[in-house]
Amino acid sequence: MQNNFPNEGMSVIVKTITRFTVWLIFLYGLYIVIHGHLSPGGGFAGGVIVALSYVHLTLAYGKNFVLDRINKFAMNSLEAIAAILIVLTGIVGLWLVGRFLANFLGIGTLYTLLSAGYIPILNIFICVKVGMGLYLVFYYLASFKPQEG
Amino acid sequence: MILSQFIFVPLLAAFLIVLFARKKENVAAIIALAACAWILIVAVIGFLKLPAHGGLILENTSGWKIPYTIALVLDNLSSFMLIVVSLIGFLSAFYSVQYLNHFNGKWNFFALFMLMMTGMNGVILTGDFFNLFVFMEISLYSAYALVAFGTESEELEAAFKYALMGAITSTMILFGIGILYSYTSTLTMADVGLQLSHSGTPKLLFLVYGLFIAGFGLKTALVPFHAWLPDAHPSAPAPISAMLSGVLIKTLGVYAIVRIFFNVFGAPTVVLQILMLLAILSIVIGGFLSIVQWDFKRLLGFSSISQIGYVVLGFALGTPLGILGGILHLFYHAIFKSLLFMDSGAVEYATDTRDLRQLGGLSKEMKVTSSTTMVGTLSIAGIPPFNGFFSKLIIIIACIQAGRVVLGIIAALVSIVTLAYFLKVQKHAFYGKKGSAKVLEKVPLAMKAVMIVLAALCLLSSLIMIPPIREKYISPIVDTVRGKTSYIQNIEPYFDTGSIK
Repeated sequence: MQNNFPNEGMSVIVKTITRFTVWLIFLYGLYIVIHGHLSPGGGFAGGVIVALSYVHLTLAYGKNFVLDRINKFAMNSLEAIAAILIVLTGIVGLWLVGRFLANFLGIGTLYTLLSAGYIPILNIFICVKVGMGLYLVFYYLASFKPQEG
Repeated sequence: MILSQFIFVPLLAAFLIVLFARKKENVAAIIALAACAWILIVAVIGFLKLPAHGGLILENTSGWKIPYTIALVLDNLSSFMLIVVSLIGFLSAFYSVQYLNHFNGKWNFFALFMLMMTGMNGVILTGDFFNLFVFMEISLYSAYALVAFGTESEELEAAFKYALMGAITSTMILFGIGILYSYTSTLTMADVGLQLSHSGTPKLLFLVYGLFIAGFGLKTALVPFHAWLPDAHPSAPAPISAMLSGVLIKTLGVYAIVRIFFNVFGAPTVVLQILMLLAILSIVIGGFLSIVQWDFKRLLGFSSISQIGYVVLGFALGTPLGILGGILHLFYHAIFKSLLFMDSGAVEYATDTRDLRQLGGLSKEMKVTSSTTMVGTLSIAGIPPFNGFFSKLIIIIACIQAGRVVLGIIAALVSIVTLAYFLKVQKHAFYGKKGSAKVLEKVPLAMKAVMIVLAALCLLSSLIMIPPIREKYISPIVDTVRGKTSYIQNIEPYFDTGSIK
């Protein structure tokens, strides 16, 4: 993809290294989320790492480069949708089992990826919510300019 | 009765507003109002249905039983608090619809407002210490943002001060919860109470008392923890001032203190004495600092410190009459202080200032605001037949009955001081010489309607004092607070017995 803002951000060395590392950070975040019910980690920790990969990109390439590729409105909406889905998961539990946030899926085989009922699903929603939320906080703080005088 | 709806309905409303109502501000108002109305209706139904359930409805969340999960507990006290919160919440939301014409970003306001409601409902319903902390933080963080809503430098400073002091004391509360958890290995309030009743009073517990008094004392704005309130309340938009002063300091402060110290710790004498001291300090210092204020809302803020002192004094006496007075003053103060804050909002909306030195002679041009402020003044000063008279009278009688004659006399004298500073408001804002400020804009209908409803409630809520009504609806709440172990005993049958080993 073409970089429309080649003069922003840090030096060529940092940008080149970032091209290699940002995917690793992003994938590591996803790994933490998807294995959240099997190993240490989970939606929140994974979400923070996903947000950090965006932060990494912003630091190296400047914020306009990132904004060229992702939509702030979409990020805001995704965050709200994830929050609504978390609440809806709780309501589905209330509806099917009779208790708020009760597990309504099978438990599955222990130590396999598809286990632990609804926990992996909640982890994914939480990852989206935390990741988008944290990056937006970073973005708004970065774009804040104090008034002169 | 599904208790979790008190939490997920406003939570869902908050995020639906963020998702759908960013460009359409009327949709935001409609969603918020619908959620508030829903909560209010369900709260009233819950209050009426409660006696049929034996005074306690308990809902375990997720698939386990307490103490392995978080339980939501609706008893007489929490059901009463829910009504107070949802009533003032609904009226404030209704008032905000037109009040916010002078602000940008209505959807932001309503989303934060709904999050604040979520937090307060959660604090009231939860039966779990850590959950209480989490919900407290939810409502506090929305309150910080709402105080800074106008984004003027003064408002940002107030919000920052509030956030800093709130964060320090929240840490204290968390620390206290940590100590309790390390000692009892449980976070369920009833279980903590049960285990402490077996083990007596370890010295460690006094550290927890201290941390909780400082932590919740700041949320209540008791002197000497009051410094944030006179800045935060005037800076927030008027409906939020009404919410902060009317219900937030009562839910996060008074309710949490009563629930934890009375129901879990069994009302230790040393804590009651400390609370009594802090309460009387608040009454006197808040009252006298109000007299010298010239900012309408700042005056009301100091007055809140003084009045919350009365509420805490009632509870701290520990006698049935004192607790009755505390409960009634809590309810009545929520009504008349919200009314007065909304009146100050109407004055600011119309004249663009709240400096009493610039106002004056508004009674002819702003008839509704002027007369509702008069009703609020008479209520807060304790003039019969308005509601404030009854609650203050009960608290003063309770003081004398409990052998604390000096406290009773101080409370009665500060009541006169209260009348003095509200007469100052009347003289400088509504009567007396015409000031330099002019009425630029008419107060919209929705704002007037809410003020009239609250003024009517100032009179109507006195009817609670009629003995049959009081016996039926208020006495069970007093018994819940007073019955030091009844909360634990009522919850004990719901405990998990041996499914997890």
